[in-house]
Amino acid sequence: MDAITTVTGIAAPLTRSNVDTDQIIPAVYLKRVTKTGFEDALFAGWRQEPDFVLNRPQYAGASILVAGPDFGTGSSREHAVWALRDYGFRVVLSPRFGDIFRGNSGKQGLLTGQVPEPEIERLWALMDAEPGLELTVDLPAQTVTAGGFTTGFDIDPYTKWRLVEGLDDIALTLRDEARITEFESRRESWRPVTLPVRSRAEETA
Amino acid sequence: MGRTLAEKVWDDHVVVRGEDGAPDLVYIDLHLVHEVTSPQAFDGLRAEGRPVRRPDLTIATEDHNTPTQGIHLPIVDRTSRTQIETLRRNAAEFGVRLHSLGDAEQGIVHIIGPQLGLTMPGITVVCGDSHTSTHGAFGAMAFGIGTSEVEHVLATQTLPLKPFKTMAITVEGELRPGVTAKDIILAVIAKIGTGGGQGYVLEYRGSAIRALSMEGRMTICNMSIEAGARAGMVAPDETTFAYLKGRAHAPEGADWDAALAHWRTLATDDDAVFDAEVYLDADELEPFVTWGTNPGQGVSLSETVPDPATIIDPNDRAAAERALQYMDLAAGTPMKAIPVDAVFMGSCTNSRIEDLRAFASVVRGRRKADGVRVMVVPGSMRVRLEAEAEGLDRVFEEFGAEWRFAGCSMCLGMNPDQLAPGERCASTSNRNFEGRQGKGGRTHLVSPLVAAATAIRGTLSSPWDLEQDPDGGRDATAARPVRPVEEVA
Repeated sequence: MDAITTVTGIAAPLTRSNVDTDQIIPAVYLKRVTKTGFEDALFAGWRQEPDFVLNRPQYAGASILVAGPDFGTGSSREHAVWALRDYGFRVVLSPRFGDIFRGNSGKQGLLTGQVPEPEIERLWALMDAEPGLELTVDLPAQTVTAGGFTTGFDIDPYTKWRLVEGLDDIALTLRDEARITEFESRRESWRPVTLPVRSRAEETA
Repeated sequence: MGRTLAEKVWDDHVVVRGEDGAPDLVYIDLHLVHEVTSPQAFDGLRAEGRPVRRPDLTIATEDHNTPTQGIHLPIVDRTSRTQIETLRRNAAEFGVRLHSLGDAEQGIVHIIGPQLGLTMPGITVVCGDSHTSTHGAFGAMAFGIGTSEVEHVLATQTLPLKPFKTMAITVEGELRPGVTAKDIILAVIAKIGTGGGQGYVLEYRGSAIRALSMEGRMTICNMSIEAGARAGMVAPDETTFAYLKGRAHAPEGADWDAALAHWRTLATDDDAVFDAEVYLDADELEPFVTWGTNPGQGVSLSETVPDPATIIDPNDRAAAERALQYMDLAAGTPMKAIPVDAVFMGSCTNSRIEDLRAFASVVRGRRKADGVRVMVVPGSMRVRLEAEAEGLDRVFEEFGAEWRFAGCSMCLGMNPDQLAPGERCASTSNRNFEGRQGKGGRTHLVSPLVAAATAIRGTLSSPWDLEQDPDGGRDATAARPVRPVEEVA
């Protein structure tokens, strides 16, 4: 996954609270067999409404979502993160996140920054005054800047480190690859291997 | 202090010991893959340009949504077809061994691992399926994982895992004829509840467990997840070794000797301490059946549908009320008075050859009850061939049952094998959740012997009821004698 340090881009205001993962991506899209290409599924229900924020031309190409409290509650589906990521979002800012969603985000390279509610409302006001406004999210400094306005955001240190380093779960484990290889060198020869295919059972069946 | 079986297997697989509450990095000996939970895992590898680290420790099969009849025809359901085609492409691209529909080794993922001799004592086994606990019957540490973890294992052959607690489930005594492994595990779950095993690895012990065949032990470990447990295990013994010896992928020669020496050290030490202990008396057990919509809602078949008003815990009481409403059952109804529309003999819980033999021993020479649909689905193509070599297919067909090809089938209704709304089924599977076997379908979990007797009488029944009613379902034109039930318990 790509490392995140500073993200500068168009911010889209999602002025709703309790945006659950069923709203982020409806269940019908879970039948797919890919882990990418979910951009059409993001907020699929709301995008039917012509005046939904992401349908407005000023927000085309938005990479930062500024949402109300309790974003990403509900079902544990990892697809919610995939849909946001595939649409182009790198950062979601909200006063509070659903726990599982926040955990999934950290593993998939989506930055979830916790910004106090009054500051979110201040950002919304700025974005309302100038639709298509660009924000800068500085992860090492944990700041959000919009023009002359700057506020901080919270993120747990472990997730921050992983995002800055661009380490997904697999990459983290592969830091110990030498130890895995060493472990494998000691693996007893009686332990199972699936290849080459052996079919003794066929003779007895 | 001594260690338990589970702790020994875990310790043998720690690659990196986690510090300060961090998880241990645990090595995975065997990774089983199927079409439903693997597509995004392979897609994730592709996106990051990662290979499968150990294709030689990975094996795939098609089971969850494969058809069980007309298997040579194109699969009608688009999602099912896409998932299966995707698995075939992924297996070819990443060099993973795949047993496709029509292959002699195709079948339910938890049936084929043991059948091929890949599942063995003292190893770690994972699969993107909660019933991976089945493989614990060999003294393996085996558990289900999610799709992200599937990708993690494909890429690294390891998983970061938090330690677990251990629970001993001791079953002492001797099962009466007609009472089986399935009745033991249904009784265990009714006793400890569907959350009772949460955070634990269960170890099944005691004389009644030791007396079980490997297939019976698999039935028990299979349903550990239904008690909320991460895994279930049985210490390996002579029964285990005899089952494995000579199987296609079992160790041979010096490897067999080395393996055996190691396997004999795995049993829980006498001075080991479990975090929790549960006892069950096998002598007292009767054929068991569920009345509700979770596997913990079960009673002996001779009992009645419980009255929710007598349940003290308010959550359990509310759950029982909802369950009875969904199941369309009135409190106080004798379980044996409940008529069924369908009988499903199959699933990773009960679709091995011994299960089919048990079912056949009861139905041989009889006719199913009118209006009851009976489906027999072998767990693997190998089991199907074995059953046919023994003539069981003819027994089933003469009984009036449908004899199908291998797969998960009506256990979860991902393929066309489903109940219609309101239909009631006696099922040898593992989950009686609302809608599991088809929208609006009603499931009673039972053993193969109870499924067989129920198919004969048309109401929930055990073979004991047939003995009291010797002409029940008997087809006067049938040539074969009925084998006594004692032979099959």
